[in-house]
Amino acid sequence: MPITKSFQDEALQAALLELIRQTSTQLPHDVIKAITMAKKAEKEGSTASQVLDAILRNIERAREKVTPICQDTGTNIYYVSLPIGMSMRRVEKAIREATREATRKAYLRPNAVDPLTGKNSGDNTGIMAPFITFVEWEKPAIEVRLMLKGGGCENVSIQYSLPDTSLKAGRDLDGVYKTVLDAVVKAQGRGCAPGILGIGIGGDRSSGMLLAKQQLFRKVDDENENPLLATLESRLLKDINSLGIGPMGFGGKTTALAVKIGVAHRLPASYFVSISYMCWADRRKTMHYTPEMVTYD
Amino acid sequence: MIKLTLPVDEKMVRTLKVGDEISLNGRLVTGRDAVHAWLAKEKPQEIRDLLQNTMIYHCGPVVKKKGDSWEFVAAGPTTSIREEPYQSTIMKEYGLRGVIGKGGMGKNTLKTLQKIGAVYLHAIGGLATLIAESVVGVHTVIKLEEFGTPEALWVIDVKDFLTIVTMDSHGNSLHDTIFEKSNKRKQELLKKPFTL
Repeated sequence: MPITKSFQDEALQAALLELIRQTSTQLPHDVIKAITMAKKAEKEGSTASQVLDAILRNIERAREKVTPICQDTGTNIYYVSLPIGMSMRRVEKAIREATREATRKAYLRPNAVDPLTGKNSGDNTGIMAPFITFVEWEKPAIEVRLMLKGGGCENVSIQYSLPDTSLKAGRDLDGVYKTVLDAVVKAQGRGCAPGILGIGIGGDRSSGMLLAKQQLFRKVDDENENPLLATLESRLLKDINSLGIGPMGFGGKTTALAVKIGVAHRLPASYFVSISYMCWADRRKTMHYTPEMVTYD
Repeated sequence: MIKLTLPVDEKMVRTLKVGDEISLNGRLVTGRDAVHAWLAKEKPQEIRDLLQNTMIYHCGPVVKKKGDSWEFVAAGPTTSIREEPYQSTIMKEYGLRGVIGKGGMGKNTLKTLQKIGAVYLHAIGGLATLIAESVVGVHTVIKLEEFGTPEALWVIDVKDFLTIVTMDSHGNSLHDTIFEKSNKRKQELLKKPFTL
């Protein structure tokens, strides 16, 4: 019997609802750890320290009360890995059903608006909403990664096409460095700093931004497998945190919690730097699903 | 931390300075895009008393109905700059003493704060649960049917709502100061070419 026969739609849908609940109401441990460290770095009693303290209390209360960490439950972005032979349409249907149910249960705010009529669909489903990317893999399991990305941080995300004469940014790492600093200074606290920067170097306009967003699934404290990128990430983080923008843009030592960079082959004619800004409320979770066992990380 | 109770008069508001941490108490109203457009264009008379000497909070809450009353579930600030085209007119027209939101506002608003004696209080973005807990009472809601939950004008009572003065009535803006400082630091960092 093919493995996919044993997957039950209802059970999968229930597991997806739990994935949404956990993602909206519980922040990942690595993010909480990074915010806690940021608080320790600030002078006790300073505005920055008090802001970070309030953020940590909010994270704790949201978990206890099972309410959304932030009322903007954002764009719902899914990356799904499927076993060979599993129907994409079945999984997409389960995701859409779980999304409707999660909205009814107030884990998600109704957030899908038709740009032509201004009408809110009321249940977070619509055209390209939720946004799902499928890939196939060898394992006999379904992996679903979910990210809830708020509008404030999405609005300060940005894409540069190099060379950029106004920044004197050329098609090299110096050019990349310049665009990233420029993006962070432009964003100030408006993306709900301290944020996490997902950066895509190369690709085209859409694959570059997709790559940038995929970086945001990495743990805050992981290390890039590419030693060159690992160095670039740590140098950028250090310099960004010397800008003094701080939590919410009130000033302080922590403007970013992490910088994560990925690369994709580009056309000879194009050199894009895509920067996806994620707010401190970095809501992401991965579900590993088989009919026998479901785990969340 | 300064305890500020609404309604408030001009004299008190003028003592507030950029950087002051404020524990906000008393009655205020929420309003975002639909409310601002309504207040600016239709100039409704019936809510003038509610707005006089209080503040407007840029917030689209998640609410829950409990019997005949309402409860705030999640109520963090939304981005304020979207209301820049309306804010000055509304503050002057209705005698508001301040605005609460996130991200700061533009030059027109700053000028008006100075002129009429009002402040911009910055709430902490994403603090949905904690701020909802500081909403101790929902007095009434206006335009709920027409605008929908997030866009309606909610009249609420708050207790110990933590905010920071980032734009005051003396022409100062923390947003401008931090932008200038961070931009200067950026220029310094960019002086020499970046190499690994």
